[in-house]
Amino acid sequence: MFGYIWLFFIISAVIIGGATGNIAAVGQAAIDSARLAVEIVISLIGIMALWLGIMKLAEASGLIELIAKLIKPITKKLFPDVPPEHPAIGNIAMNVSANSLGVTNAATPIGIKAMKELQSLNKNKNTATNAMCTFLAINTAGVQLVPASIIAVLAAAGAKNPMVIIGPTILATGIALITAIIAVKLLERRF
Amino acid sequence: MFSKTVETLSVWIIPLMIALIPLWALYKRVPIYDTFIKGAKEGVGVGLRIIPYLVAILIAIGMFRASGAIDLLAEVLDPVLSLIGMPVDVLPLAIIRPLSGSGALGITSEIASQYGGDSYMARLAAVMTGSSETTLYVIAVYFGAVGVTKVRHALAAGLIADLAATLAALFISQMMLL
Repeated sequence: MFGYIWLFFIISAVIIGGATGNIAAVGQAAIDSARLAVEIVISLIGIMALWLGIMKLAEASGLIELIAKLIKPITKKLFPDVPPEHPAIGNIAMNVSANSLGVTNAATPIGIKAMKELQSLNKNKNTATNAMCTFLAINTAGVQLVPASIIAVLAAAGAKNPMVIIGPTILATGIALITAIIAVKLLERRF
Repeated sequence: MFSKTVETLSVWIIPLMIALIPLWALYKRVPIYDTFIKGAKEGVGVGLRIIPYLVAILIAIGMFRASGAIDLLAEVLDPVLSLIGMPVDVLPLAIIRPLSGSGALGITSEIASQYGGDSYMARLAAVMTGSSETTLYVIAVYFGAVGVTKVRHALAAGLIADLAATLAALFISQMMLL
């Protein structure tokens, strides 16, 4: 399905770009985006190395297992296919915490670590498991307690009280999270 | 008070984690330096592995944005969405949010400077941006890192969550910020 959506974006870009006279920009965007992808990864590699190094220590010292044990009542329901004390669970918990606190640069490497742990339980390596989809649904709901970068944007535009958006944002993201969990659980039977 | 606490926590959490986790590992008699290096090596490998996936997703999104498709989509959807009180100016934001994080921040910033940082429009845009994630990017990177190409229902669930976030942001902002 991802492949079709990918092609849909490209084909519609060419058609609409052609019709609106933006076709040169479309071609340039393809080149620029390819370069941007590598620039993003280069800037990410050091941060990944840092956090996966720290997480390796957390794992070797039994910290990840401890966290997994603490949140067992919740994760048993969300990830029934994953053994409750598996390192994947601890990594998922760390990823969600990092995201909620707005420590995004730690969240991505830890999330990838969680995916690798989930992949170790996967029998069919090129196909997502239910647990992976549930984890990603929680992740893409984007739970965040302090949306720091957005508050900074409002402040930069002269806002005197940019913090007012925190309450509504937490409510909206909470609704998104609940919707994501319900959706992923209903959909996993159909796919 | 609450936001102050969370703010302090988010400043302290990185240095504390980098200091306390190795300390705890040392106490547990883990060979700390070797273990850190082993993990860090994995990080480098993961970075290289996600490049092709990231190139694929970013060129599709980049081309789509450059074509003017988002403005066109906003024009088509406007009559429907004005019924539920979504201003036309934030519509491109709703469309771009799952595709590009920096794009969403950019539009929020434009709206904020146009209407003023304390305006309802700026706040609505901020809540919309803050209540969701860059779904396509997350899916491409996370699945790419482990070589999963059949993502099953992850994409549909993520997009449903984005839609819920957008609608929730709109209604909650109307109730609390208008």
